[in-house]
Amino acid sequence: MIVRLRKFTPWLYILPALLLLLLFKIVPIILSFGVSFFRWDMAGPSKFIFLSNYQSVLTDQIFWQSAMNTLYYAIGAVPLSMAFSLFFAILLNSISRAKTLFRTIYYLPVVTSIVAVSVVWKWVYHPTGGLINGILSLVGIQGPNWLQEWRGIGEVITGWELPYAVQGPSVALICLIILSVWKSLGYNTLIFLAGLQGIPQEYYEAAQIDGAGVWQRFRHITWPMLSPTTFYVFLMSTIISFQVFAPVWLMTGPPAGGPLGTTNVIVYYLYEKAFKFFHYGAASATAFILFIILLVLTVIQRKYTERRVFYG
Amino acid sequence: MAKIRTFFVYLILSLGAIAMMMPFYWMLITAFKAPAEAISMPPTWWPNEFHWRNFVEAWNKVPWLRYFFNTALIAVLTLIGNLITSILAAYPLAMIKFKGRDKVFLLFLATMMIPMPVYIIPGYLILTYLGWIDTYAALIVPWMVNVFSIFLLRQHIKTIPSELWDAARIDGCSRFRFLWQIIVPLIKPAIATIAIFSIVSSWNSFLWPLVVTNSKYLRPIQVGLAYFTQEQSTDYTLLAAAATFTILPLIILFLFAQKHIINSFSRSGMKY
Repeated sequence: MIVRLRKFTPWLYILPALLLLLLFKIVPIILSFGVSFFRWDMAGPSKFIFLSNYQSVLTDQIFWQSAMNTLYYAIGAVPLSMAFSLFFAILLNSISRAKTLFRTIYYLPVVTSIVAVSVVWKWVYHPTGGLINGILSLVGIQGPNWLQEWRGIGEVITGWELPYAVQGPSVALICLIILSVWKSLGYNTLIFLAGLQGIPQEYYEAAQIDGAGVWQRFRHITWPMLSPTTFYVFLMSTIISFQVFAPVWLMTGPPAGGPLGTTNVIVYYLYEKAFKFFHYGAASATAFILFIILLVLTVIQRKYTERRVFYG
Repeated sequence: MAKIRTFFVYLILSLGAIAMMMPFYWMLITAFKAPAEAISMPPTWWPNEFHWRNFVEAWNKVPWLRYFFNTALIAVLTLIGNLITSILAAYPLAMIKFKGRDKVFLLFLATMMIPMPVYIIPGYLILTYLGWIDTYAALIVPWMVNVFSIFLLRQHIKTIPSELWDAARIDGCSRFRFLWQIIVPLIKPAIATIAIFSIVSSWNSFLWPLVVTNSKYLRPIQVGLAYFTQEQSTDYTLLAAAATFTILPLIILFLFAQKHIINSFSRSGMKY
């Protein structure tokens, strides 16, 4: 009898975690898949419509616009943040004094909540009284209303009236991208810094003896040695970028996602579908599409960087 | 030559630091400005006069105290739940051999791949079914388990030699007592990492509480701030004041527990 009970002891320990995970993670994700096949509104499921939700989402222009915007957002934010943070990490790695001070300052936006940060940045972009237009006014330029500028960056730069597809992200969306770079910079910098510190110093010494310059040392030692870190940061940032939501809710519009839907993103699209229009079925279908995209990215990330993620 | 280079490195780092701090500075001085001064062009770089009243006015507009209390309550209960479930689960996963162990662990890890936005809808539907919408339970219970915590603790417990358990068993120690009196003190640093991770996540969480609460009185701080921005969209001095006092507690925590926070963020792959 006792021997038998012993067999169950480990399960008793695991039970609380397992139950909670089942109820709030595993069942929901299965349920979500199920919901996506139904016409499901506030009154509950009404009709099994199989793939119709997917069809309606995938033929919805607003979905494609939000998907495109999300892609722009990731393509803009990820490389920019990576380039800046690698640059700052290399600088930080080369100094001995005031390292902690810089680290603290660069990291502050990371710990600050995205809500407060969005409030602050909405004010930074404000047409009158905003920081950016304030700085511009010092040199006599009257800045625009940044967050209401729907024109694509392509059009703003060239001055030509371009068709929608080739306009690129709107100025308003670029404002959100800049915010994201600012917010993620400290995080990525410190991950790069940890990566840099893992490179044996002897390599640099040897290279220096051989007469390698700064660029050569970067190109032939730092960059290849850092590649697992770079890859990790890249995937992590991409995954996070695809989930952007709060700045859109807080900073854009009204209505949020504006001007003209140029800052609408997938998660906001999904949120609106579910909690404004109560189309849970279509929203679940959207969620599943997002899930598949992120799953592919996550699997790649876990496969290649499991060690890095957890032993950092 | 080396000196000039060092000088430039520090110069660039300082410029970067100034750029990073500028939005905070702008928020802080706006919080002290008079409403008319805040939207004047060209702007003032230092308040003409310090309007402390902005803070009082912003504070009195909505029940901030309630929001802070809600957040603290959520953070503490989530943390306690989190610690209990993860310590309990990590122990057998690390130290006891049993059938199905690896499968359960894999299942746990797999749930880490589900991003938050994906389960808000089904999560919301389940909470509706349970009748939990607009309750504290909805804000706390789903977060009382965290796979990253389990993973981290498991890694730490694995480094403890199994001879320790053999010795304890001979002395008549039960598994449960062994866990709490011997294992837990040995993995304190990991527990601290988890605690910080849990508190910061609770403090900053937004999307979930936004979705599962309707009542004004259940709002945690971030949701409260979000609605406050919508209601007060015209007077930026009040918004800046509110943003300031919601940011402050976490910044103070950060300054004190910097190393732990940075550690716990980068190890968890936490969202920023």
